[in-house]
Order: sequence, then structure tokens, then C-alpha cells
Amino acid sequence: MGVSAATSSGAPSGAPLAPGAAQDAVLQRVTSELSDKGFVVAQMDKLAAWAQAGSLWPMTFGLACCAVEMMQTAASRYDLDRFGTVFRPSPRQSDVMIVAGTLCNKMAPALRKVYDQMAEPRWVISMGSCANGGGYYHYSYSVVRGCDRVVPVDIYVPGCPPTAEALLYGVLQLQKKIKRGAAIAR
Amino acid sequence: MATYDPRSALKDLGDYLEGARSLDVMRSELIRGQLVVWTSRDRLLDLLTFLRDDPNSLFKQLVDVTCVDYPSRPERFEVVYNLLSLKHNLRLRVKVATDEDTAVPSAWSVFKSANWFEREVWDLYGVFFSDHPDLRRILTDYGFEGHPLRKDFPLTGYVEVRYDEDQKRVVYEPVKLVQEFRNFDFVSPWEGMLQQLPGDEKAEQPAPKAAGEGKA
Repeated sequence: MGVSAATSSGAPSGAPLAPGAAQDAVLQRVTSELSDKGFVVAQMDKLAAWAQAGSLWPMTFGLACCAVEMMQTAASRYDLDRFGTVFRPSPRQSDVMIVAGTLCNKMAPALRKVYDQMAEPRWVISMGSCANGGGYYHYSYSVVRGCDRVVPVDIYVPGCPPTAEALLYGVLQLQKKIKRGAAIAR
Repeated sequence: MATYDPRSALKDLGDYLEGARSLDVMRSELIRGQLVVWTSRDRLLDLLTFLRDDPNSLFKQLVDVTCVDYPSRPERFEVVYNLLSLKHNLRLRVKVATDEDTAVPSAWSVFKSANWFEREVWDLYGVFFSDHPDLRRILTDYGFEGHPLRKDFPLTGYVEVRYDEDQKRVVYEPVKLVQEFRNFDFVSPWEGMLQQLPGDEKAEQPAPKAAGEGKA
């Protein structure tokens, strides 16, 4: 078996190396291995997790004012595109659903239907107080008290609405979560 | 006077309506510079048609239809029609009282915009409109029961939704609040700040003597 680039460096498995001498050493070894043999050996699950985390395509599900902050996150200042996060209009092409805004009772079956149409593996980011737990409308007759009553949620982003930075941080946390819990279902 | 005074124009209009349509107008009043006209259910359409077509009013736009619930009154609902006359740059409010069982004639035949407004009033207050082309609910959930903006409708409603893993669908259940309802009974600073604001007491005090004998 070839030497795995990540495990042979002495770093704890799974954790990405911070920029520095240790990272340079690993990159150097991988580069020389690649030029030497013409291929490099890595762990498949980590490679898949790296690819999944680096191309999180969110389902556009803006429901209320949070959607404006979500647009702001995608726009030029914070620019989600540089993390490989590109909004998709179809659940069939999406990996993550950002529930941005107040989820009403009337919308709940539609949200679940869209979630069911997404291909595995899939994740959900709950954005803002309303999606987290009803928020301002917690006691309302028409609002779902948290979108986790309808879909399983991976990341909760607090705020009313959360800033674009907060959502960006949530996306980064989700990337970290994907890389940490990498497993290929067989 | 050459300057345009909307108050006097509205007052003139109120007097004019009370004179010309004395059968339709029960009462008219200028409230906070806004003309309000009360009418009865059976005269409503005549009055609205007159207001739309009469050269002195020409209220060609029905801007909004809404409703107010006064549970203490025998006829608890007051349906409100907000009209706009672009020609004369005036706004007018027409009010009709009704109760849960008595239908109000639909204004759809006079103003087409009344269609969805009246559906909304029906949905949220349960006021019935006769001769409406399509009186369905418009805002609340499919199969919703009750009229949520009535004063006797509980704030949290009767049902809540949840995804059921076994049935693989969103199910409706009676409301179970995990957190007890809290009534935040604060006096809003925009409505009832009656106490002295911090710092106000300084205005009442006489000026310190060291500063001189002059007035504070």
C-alpha cells in the first residue's frame, strides 16, 4: 500500500493542517510522490468529503427577510461562490437547503416535499430565529415552531435576521462538519 | 383662498354627501382630518356606485377593504372601505356594521379590486359577502378552521404541524406549547410613556446659585 498523505504526517487523522511548516512538508511529499510515480494515494472517504464540502450547492429557499441576508451572502461582498457554494433553483441539484425565514403551517408540506426531492447526501441549515424555533412568531396560530419539526437540521444560525457573515460562518461550520464526519454509505 | 385645504374639501364633501345621499349616509364625521361615512348594508352598493360615478367625488379606486371586531357591540363587525379619488385628490372611508350571520353585499360589482379584499375579510373575520363571485379563504392554511383575527380566536390557534416519520408526511396535532405563553406587558415608549424621563427633573430645578442670579 502506498503511504497516505494525511496519516503519515503525524497529524491527528481528519483534521486539516494549518498553513505552516507541517503543511508545507506534506504538500512537498505529495508533490514529489506525484512527480515520481505519476499518482498519489489518499483515503477515499476523506477525498469524497473534501469534494462534498467544497461544492455545497444550496437549494434557494428564501421565505422572509432572512432571504435578503442570504442574497447578500451570495453577492459580491461575502461571495459564497469562492467556497464552491452556488445557489440552485432545483432540489434535484442541491446538497444543502438553507431555510431562510418564517416557516408557516401552509408552507411546511411544501418544504418537506422539496427536502424529500433532494438527493443524498443532503444537509439543512436553519437560518434565523423564526426557522430555529418560531422566533417572534413562536405563539402564532400559523407558524411552525422551528423548522426542525419538519426537516432534520444540521446547522442553526441564530439572529433576526443573521448577518451575512453569520450565515457564511454557518456554511463554514457545515463544511467542517462534513469533513469531520466523512463516511461512505455502503 | 388660493391654497388648497384638504380639510375644507373633505368637509364640503361630507356635507354634500349628507345632502345629496341622505338615504344612504347614516352619519359622516371628520376624524383627525379624515372623512368617515357610515352607511347601512342595503344602501352600501348604491352609495359606492354614487361615489364612483358622481362628478363631485369620482372615487374610482377602492384601495382597501378591511374589518374591525368590536365584541361588545350587538353588530360586532365594522367593514371598512377605503376609497381614493385621484381626480379630486381625496380619500374617503366608508363603514358598514354587521354581525357573524348577516351578509354584506359584495362590492365586486362596483369595484373589481374588492374580490380579493373581501376574500381576505371573510378569511380572517368570517364576515359573509353576498353575491361574491368566489368567496374562498385566501391567506390561511388549507382546511383551516376559524377566523384568526376575531378577538375571541386564541393567539396560538388550535393546531400545529409536525413531520411524522411513520406516516411520511406532515401531520396536524392539537397545540402543545413546550414553553408557557408569556405576556410581555410593557408600556411601549411610543404609546404610553407617562413617567418622567430620566433627566427631565433637572429642568424643574432652579439653576445652581454659583452660576449667578439669572433665570434657569
